[in-house]
Amino acid sequence: MEHKQPKTTDCLETISLKGLTLAPSQVLGGVRLVPVLRKQVREDLRLTKRPYYEDIAAIQIDNKTAYYSYIPHAFIADWTSDGSPAVAYGTQIRSNKSTKTSDGTAHDLGFMTARVMKKMRAREDRNRLRFLPMDVSLEGFLSLHFGGPNIIWEEYSRAAIRDGLSPRSETTIPGRWIKGLEDALRVFEIHTNQVGSLVFVGDALASAFIVSHPDDYRALHETLLTDDYGELLYYYGLYAQENCLDPDAIDVRRVRSMKDLRSEVARVRSDWDKLHRLMSDNLLDCPVRHEMVYRMGPFQLQRFMTELNPKAENHIGESIVRKNGTLEYLKTYRLSAAQCRRAYLLMQLADSNWSVEACAEKLSSTRNELIFRLEKAGFGYLFHRHVLEEVHSKLR
Amino acid sequence: MTDGKVQPTEREQLRERCEREDVIMFINSCFAATRQNEYYTDLYRTSVSIEFLHRYVLINYRLLYARTLAAGINHFNQQQIIFNLLEAGAPADTKQRTEEGSLIATALRKLPANRVYALFTRLQQNRVNNRRTRAVIKSYLAWRREPEFDAIKYRNKYRAAAAHVHSRLDTELGRFLFERPSQKPYTTPLLNQYRQAQYSAAAIYELPFTVAESLAQKHQIPRDVFLKKIEPKMTAAEKLRLQSTAARTKGVEIEFDLSRAGLTKLALYILSLKQSEHAARAEELQAALEAAADKALTRAPLSLDRVATILDRSRSATGSREKRNRPLAVALAASTLLRRAATEYRAFWTPTQKENPFELLTYATGQTALAEPLLDALEWRPDLIVIVSDGYENDPPQLVDQVARVYRDAIGKAETPEIVHMNPVFDADHYAPRRLGATIPTVGLRDAEDIPIMLGFAKFTAGTATLDELERYLALRVNRMLNSDGT
Repeated sequence: MEHKQPKTTDCLETISLKGLTLAPSQVLGGVRLVPVLRKQVREDLRLTKRPYYEDIAAIQIDNKTAYYSYIPHAFIADWTSDGSPAVAYGTQIRSNKSTKTSDGTAHDLGFMTARVMKKMRAREDRNRLRFLPMDVSLEGFLSLHFGGPNIIWEEYSRAAIRDGLSPRSETTIPGRWIKGLEDALRVFEIHTNQVGSLVFVGDALASAFIVSHPDDYRALHETLLTDDYGELLYYYGLYAQENCLDPDAIDVRRVRSMKDLRSEVARVRSDWDKLHRLMSDNLLDCPVRHEMVYRMGPFQLQRFMTELNPKAENHIGESIVRKNGTLEYLKTYRLSAAQCRRAYLLMQLADSNWSVEACAEKLSSTRNELIFRLEKAGFGYLFHRHVLEEVHSKLR
Repeated sequence: MTDGKVQPTEREQLRERCEREDVIMFINSCFAATRQNEYYTDLYRTSVSIEFLHRYVLINYRLLYARTLAAGINHFNQQQIIFNLLEAGAPADTKQRTEEGSLIATALRKLPANRVYALFTRLQQNRVNNRRTRAVIKSYLAWRREPEFDAIKYRNKYRAAAAHVHSRLDTELGRFLFERPSQKPYTTPLLNQYRQAQYSAAAIYELPFTVAESLAQKHQIPRDVFLKKIEPKMTAAEKLRLQSTAARTKGVEIEFDLSRAGLTKLALYILSLKQSEHAARAEELQAALEAAADKALTRAPLSLDRVATILDRSRSATGSREKRNRPLAVALAASTLLRRAATEYRAFWTPTQKENPFELLTYATGQTALAEPLLDALEWRPDLIVIVSDGYENDPPQLVDQVARVYRDAIGKAETPEIVHMNPVFDADHYAPRRLGATIPTVGLRDAEDIPIMLGFAKFTAGTATLDELERYLALRVNRMLNSDGT
């Protein structure tokens, strides 16, 4: 049977900020926030948050797989297919009966509270989707080659053959832990037509958050604080200094009249835009692998991952893209170095059909070294005990 | 050395410059700084910063430090200076001592009584009890016209001050402050009233509002009845402060002539109103603002030709919880004042707001972009451009200074209008109100009413005046302050 290729024409090849401008950044301590402005605001996609107060949430992904995470809130996307203005969730008048609660049940376990949900993403109405921000992409990241070895090489333990990589976990830190982020978000002056922010900690891109409507952004601005960040950024925050960026000053020689002065001011503004794009070049205009997650009328919810190069910055994220390719929603997470290392090794291993020898050759190292690396990265549980011990004795 | 002659002058120049900049920085901070939270800096950092600055200037330039009292600085810093001077003890030089003494006495008398009593309590708590301190407190207490009134209104503080200096009080006052409450009547009517008010709800309406308020609680008098009956005893400031409370309390309306309030106070009141009320009463409020501006101008006359202002209404103009909307109120008041003082006037709010006939409908939101408004203002070719902003320019940073410099160098040349930046906010990190750049002189601004003084002071912050001139300016102001009191 002919396998039909999924339609990929309206998927993003790169993350490009078409139709969006980056305004000059606002710095407080080590945190730099870059406002993202949208030139033309369309009203047909609105986002709001629905807060959850439980300590942990468990979400069933399929019969055998569950996803556990701390989830501060879900996003509710409302859209219209014909381009007419959509109304943000919670602002329209309607009876409670028609709203199905797909948010599962909350349990109080005494020592903690938990929420159990059946779905990661649930359609609540014809034009409304509830999804869990950040967890869309983290789920994709965690389930990367989740199945484990598909060829039973002798090195792998029986558990690895049986359960794959399960349980696979990653640790993130809350934004509150990043020094100065809370204050920086508090004193940040939100622009009138601002729809998003790029967060830099120690001038390294920590996260990008873009929505489709300025009003939504204003309401969601502080969610940047409850978001997840890689633990690397916690250290960046500790050591970061306040940095000053200076694009080229106005050139006196080029100014003869008021008109020249005005164009120079505009030039400085566009320089700021360029400068910020340059600072985030590891996310923007960088090839990404993407995957369509959900189709919602003229929009698509997708997740993406930059090429996992252990030597560079790597981001994972999710986006909602309009049919014509305009970015309507973006949320990214910067992987910490250890996290990319893990993902990179897994991908290399999977690419060589889980053969340790072939993979070692590809990475120009020995089998023992590779197994040692995998163990250090936290994948020791994939291998037989005796294999690991042999490696240890050889490398000693 | 052959150039032995040149070196000392260079050194002297450096020294002169250093001294001048220190003192100007200090005076400038004293206009704006308080020990309160600001939008960008918190209470702790502000107080550490301003207290260091006081100490530094007190030790290095004591004469100028004392004279700063006359420069028109805010009450908080006057209080701080008096405290530090008293704590440091009197200087040996007789002339300096006399001048300082009379400056302290005059400044104290001009300060609001609550601040003075707070200062006395602070002196007591810090155990500052030298001869001069005692004399200052004694003479202040003796100068007060109604000691009984003070004793009732500021009871604990008054007692602390009186005990601290061992002053001999009038017998009844002494009994009132230091003895256990008894039912024995006083001959002084006010004290007697206070004694009666402890037992009878009808007697509280002769007392000052703040005292009566707590007694009303004790006697469980309904709020509306209390507010109606106590109204004649309220001061103007209390009436203004209680306008919104009265609006919430059913059936009470506190009569208040809005034009009686000071310009900045009034602007603060206007901004504290709800948007709907704001819009409904716009005409009345606008008239009151203008009347207040006119009154401020008769007190400190100012006439200007063609003035443009750039007014910052970015989000940081909301101030802090303690100084709600203060930067915005100062901007609004400054705009009203300069509109009345200038023959031609234009205001450029940033970020630009929707056209509305009433400036007072403004509110704080958005980023701080000063470069484009400055370009608009320069195109209009005014004689004077006043920028009222907290100085945290972020869209983009440091551009307005470049625009001003390039305009002066390449376009305006000699006909460049004077540009002054007035900053109502103290920046703790830089020990001064935050500057926009080297080209634009920055002055701290306490209230919009001080603009005439600040325009005069701007030449010092611009760095064009010498230390001698500054000293002469201060001496002049000292002279004026001391003599105006004598007459």
